[in-house]
Amino acid sequence: MTIKEIQADIVDEFSMFEDWMQRYEYMIELGKSLPIIQEQYKTDDNIIKGCQSKVWVHADLEVDKLVFTADSDAIITKGIIAILIRAFSNQKPQDIIDADTNFIDEIGLKEHLSPTRANGLVSMIKQIKLYAIAYQTQLG
Amino acid sequence: MQPSRSIMINVTNIRKDFPILNREVNGKPLVYFDNAATSQTPQQVIDVIVDYYSNYNANIHRGVHALSQEATDKYEQARQTIQRHFNAAKAHEIIFTSGTTHGINLVANGFSSLLKKGDEVIVSAMEHHSNIVPWQMLCERTGAILKVIPMSLEGELLMDVYHNDLLSEKTKIVFCNHVSNALGTVNPIKEIIDAAHKVGAAVLIDGAQAAPHIIADVQALDMDFYVVSAHKICGPTGEGVLYGKEEWLNKLPPYQGGGEMIAEVSFEKTTYADLPHKFEAGTPNICGGIAMAAGINYMNAIGFDNIASYEHELLEYATAQLLAIEGLKIYGTAKEKTAVISFNIGEIHPYDIGSILDKLGVAVRTGHHCAQPIMDFFKIPGTVRASFSFYNTKEEIDVMIAALQRAKAMLE
Repeated sequence: MTIKEIQADIVDEFSMFEDWMQRYEYMIELGKSLPIIQEQYKTDDNIIKGCQSKVWVHADLEVDKLVFTADSDAIITKGIIAILIRAFSNQKPQDIIDADTNFIDEIGLKEHLSPTRANGLVSMIKQIKLYAIAYQTQLG
Repeated sequence: MQPSRSIMINVTNIRKDFPILNREVNGKPLVYFDNAATSQTPQQVIDVIVDYYSNYNANIHRGVHALSQEATDKYEQARQTIQRHFNAAKAHEIIFTSGTTHGINLVANGFSSLLKKGDEVIVSAMEHHSNIVPWQMLCERTGAILKVIPMSLEGELLMDVYHNDLLSEKTKIVFCNHVSNALGTVNPIKEIIDAAHKVGAAVLIDGAQAAPHIIADVQALDMDFYVVSAHKICGPTGEGVLYGKEEWLNKLPPYQGGGEMIAEVSFEKTTYADLPHKFEAGTPNICGGIAMAAGINYMNAIGFDNIASYEHELLEYATAQLLAIEGLKIYGTAKEKTAVISFNIGEIHPYDIGSILDKLGVAVRTGHHCAQPIMDFFKIPGTVRASFSFYNTKEEIDVMIAALQRAKAMLE
């Protein structure tokens, strides 16, 4: 599936929820299923500095695709990363670079996109894109 | 038996003074429990701000025209109101600042010319970052040594260590908050000041968190420096004062150069203006100063004794309700504390709780509260902090408790 198709799926899923409670409960569920980063990569270098919760993101190149693993000490933050990873993991670096993130808005998590929000969603997206740029450069 | 102390305060009427308390957040009535970060503004203060910009906005002190005279008079009256509130001996001992952080930096910067290598500076373990970083910078510049008064698990300073191990002839300045922002502990500042004076050290007390609850009498406490922010005491942001004893303010060099702070200027030499203008370079936040005094007047009309006893009632009620939640732990259980409760529920991250509470209209603060050393001490990433003001109610506390139960059910 392309990133766009996956994002459309996510938007579909979220459209079934009637209120924020259900959205948050689903995010918490997603957080619990996050592909967890190996302990060795939970280093200070891999921390995305948000003000409040810690987030670690790691990327591995498998053949020509990037596979992301991550963790956070806050469960809602984990849910947000899980959504991002679902959208961007197992994709080619160039496709990740080219992808937009409008779906975040569409699933009712726009408030988390504000740079003043402490969960660092913006920084997470930036980090995922930076990994993609770095590996794309390596692949030439 | 004591009569119900809440009779002293008519919260229903008081709440009518605060337009913001009528608004909704996420479709729910706002419950504002982030008062330790900033207090809300009563209509009486908003009116003063509107009146200033509607009727006498002008630059002060040098103008000969009527508006400038009026603005100058109001600004200097505000200084006197603040002087009386803190019982300063002289109006020029009140320096207008942009807030507590500015006041601390002004003093720390001034001390860089008074300290030498090997001198010692003492700070408490429960300081806000704004009262740690300027002193670290000062020590880096001067070669002075920074020492820390440790605290107990209850969140009380270990005064024996202060008296016996830290204070000495080498101590030049001690700084400590009057009330801890993260824990609410009221520190024994009189004891801290008296002991420091015995070894000839100056003391700066950060009153940012105390000012909403306690009137500090700077003469009775023999304060050298006291700093506060207007926005914690029903005033506007970007405004505050530094109280400094005249002899200390005369010893410190000016902090910033600019207009207003000079007496005479030539390219060879500039002579500085007298107090307080020596420390008030440039056009100040004129409206801010006037509105700060209005906030103080508003609170004095209610009465700080009434405020303190009502808030204590809220604190006791909230503490009991919170402790009834399974797995909830309160950080900071000092005998003397203001209406601030820092807590966590089990292993749930404070950020998660804060996010759910926000959805339910309850505003609390989560995180390390700019006091990372305290969080490191308790080995936690942060806390949820609920802080109460005289316009809050027990019904609002009930709303928060219900919201916490809901968050707990979702997150556990």
